[in-house]
Amino acid sequence: MYTELNSILNTTPDSFTQGEFVLLSDRQSDASFLIHHFLSLYLRARCKVCFVGLVQSFNHYSAISQRLGVSLTQAKEKGQLVFLEGQKESLSVLIPQENDTGSQAMDFLRDPSVGLKSLYEFVRSAVSSNGEEGGDGSEEWGPPVLLVDDLSVLLSLGVSAGAVLDFSHYCRAIVCSQLQGNVVMLVRCDGEGEEDEGDDEGSERLMKGLTHQCSLTLHVQGLPTGYCRDIHGQVEVCWRRRRGDGQYTQKKLFQYKVHDKGASFFAPGTSSAVL
Amino acid sequence: MSSVGKPSAERSPFNNTSFQKKTRSKLISIPGTRPSVQNGQLLVSTGVTSLDYLLGGGLAVGTVLLIEEDRYDSYSRMILKYFLAEGVVCRHELYVAAAQDNPDDILQELPAPILDDVAMHKPAEQPRLSREPPDALDAMKIAWRYQNLPKVQTALASSSRFGHYYDVSKTMEPEIRQAAKCHRFYLPEHPTQSSPPHSTMLESYSALLKSLQEVINREGFDVAAPMSNSRNILRIGLHSLGSALWGDDLCCHDNPKNGRALTTFLYGLRALLRSSLSVAVVTLPSHLIQDRALMGSITRLCDNAIALESFKGSERETNPLYKDYHGLIHVRQVPHLNCLASKLPDHKDLAFKLKRKQFSIERLHLPPDLSDTVSRVSRGELAGATTAASACGSGSSGNKHLDF
Repeated sequence: MYTELNSILNTTPDSFTQGEFVLLSDRQSDASFLIHHFLSLYLRARCKVCFVGLVQSFNHYSAISQRLGVSLTQAKEKGQLVFLEGQKESLSVLIPQENDTGSQAMDFLRDPSVGLKSLYEFVRSAVSSNGEEGGDGSEEWGPPVLLVDDLSVLLSLGVSAGAVLDFSHYCRAIVCSQLQGNVVMLVRCDGEGEEDEGDDEGSERLMKGLTHQCSLTLHVQGLPTGYCRDIHGQVEVCWRRRRGDGQYTQKKLFQYKVHDKGASFFAPGTSSAVL
Repeated sequence: MSSVGKPSAERSPFNNTSFQKKTRSKLISIPGTRPSVQNGQLLVSTGVTSLDYLLGGGLAVGTVLLIEEDRYDSYSRMILKYFLAEGVVCRHELYVAAAQDNPDDILQELPAPILDDVAMHKPAEQPRLSREPPDALDAMKIAWRYQNLPKVQTALASSSRFGHYYDVSKTMEPEIRQAAKCHRFYLPEHPTQSSPPHSTMLESYSALLKSLQEVINREGFDVAAPMSNSRNILRIGLHSLGSALWGDDLCCHDNPKNGRALTTFLYGLRALLRSSLSVAVVTLPSHLIQDRALMGSITRLCDNAIALESFKGSERETNPLYKDYHGLIHVRQVPHLNCLASKLPDHKDLAFKLKRKQFSIERLHLPPDLSDTVSRVSRGELAGATTAASACGSGSSGNKHLDF
């Protein structure tokens, strides 16, 4: 949890807007440090968290969360966190074994044209099991939160952009609207920018579709002037709110630097290396 | 406490006191590895010392290094051979897969280690004073105030030594080579199943993945496998993945039919490596792949990615700017492992040079101008000479010094 980002977004573990769909995106840069912020934020806020980690192993997320002051293993034991380790699950599908023990969540790997129904079923059962847990005496958790590390991996695994958009829409419907929880999704994109608009390639289409759905975007880019050791890039924060009459959007630009145990955000040009 | 006096051998292995010495002795005991300074990951050397430095000390066990081949696959193949040769010297097990050349051919071409300190069984760290020439006697005399300045070092290297040096002009002796256990996967010899087990991946890739998993399970490289005394590292070298010989059409078509086969394979490969004591180097003919977005997703599915761009066959070969180098090296991706901040290299302009005993990666810089005259003057004289030659009739060569 980065406190500077919290003050920018006006959230704390005690009070945050419910029913938000947050999109983290990057272009030729790396936005994955932001997912750790949201993971530790919602765990501290005592939400019921469902994490779909498709990129890295559980140990990786756990080691980083440890540095940010949250223990994933404990949260998992307490039933607060449901963690899907995509890599491990995929192996039993990619290399078929006799005794098939993998869960159904990664079934789309068998035939990607079917879509992500199995993954959605996993998410649905994870986020809506909140009440049952409370029944048998264990702790009661707050609103459910779904975090997905890297939807674009699904594209690499052969799922079409349309199917991924369907999945995100279904997730938004159940988590944000029905259960008043939050959804955070990360999308990574490698296109050169708006110039190559011509070919509507998968990841571009996915990015546009998700930007349309979301209520808050954090878009990470490299510095336009090139690589710098003291400033790792810039984040464009864009709120889309419905307030009274019509929609209103607000944009803010910050520069950031990732440290060992967190990240700092500052207004453009006010890096401590410059001043 | 009653257990104080007991000898340590009698203690049960499950004592639950909180005062335990933090030991990672099991991992450290593998020869040819060392823990990383930043995140405690176990590292192995790539066989190229300056590449190790560039990757943050070495290749972390359980990760994939992607090498984008140069146009003739000469230097990328060289790095692959260095990687395998380092495995032979450190007594790691090898796994070589190729579709074009027989893996045996690749293994026969491994460069010979420079054996001044390799008595093979001795540890790699040794004071290497003997190699440093005693240059105090014939040193150039320089002003005293510059004497204590550190030497400018352009080649990238870390202070402590890790990995070995190799002589490219000689091949490794067969006895050394055969001491290492090596698994081979040569696609034309490999029987492929008639029915593809699932739809996104090609038969060749799924056969390779299956064979890899068999080796990892059989030879006990799995982390979850029961602890044995001697654990070892499996070094996996996959040559020219994605080329047409693997049955892939990434390189041949603008819109490849099975464009997601390679990415799915890499995803599976990474999942396999993360749960085992193995490390992979994959080379890929990226200059044949037209789709940059696809290349981006391939890069993101590997942990490290570097691209080689050799000057061979391009006009840069004769460019005086690049006369000291054999090509450029681009770092596409550095690993994020158990830490937020990744260690980016300080410099982005890097070039490589293949010397007989060393593949070195250096910061690209302009060569010093060592000509007798300053170039501006010589150009002026040259211009003067041509005008004098063109104005052949007038013949007043004296005004050569008076050109304004």
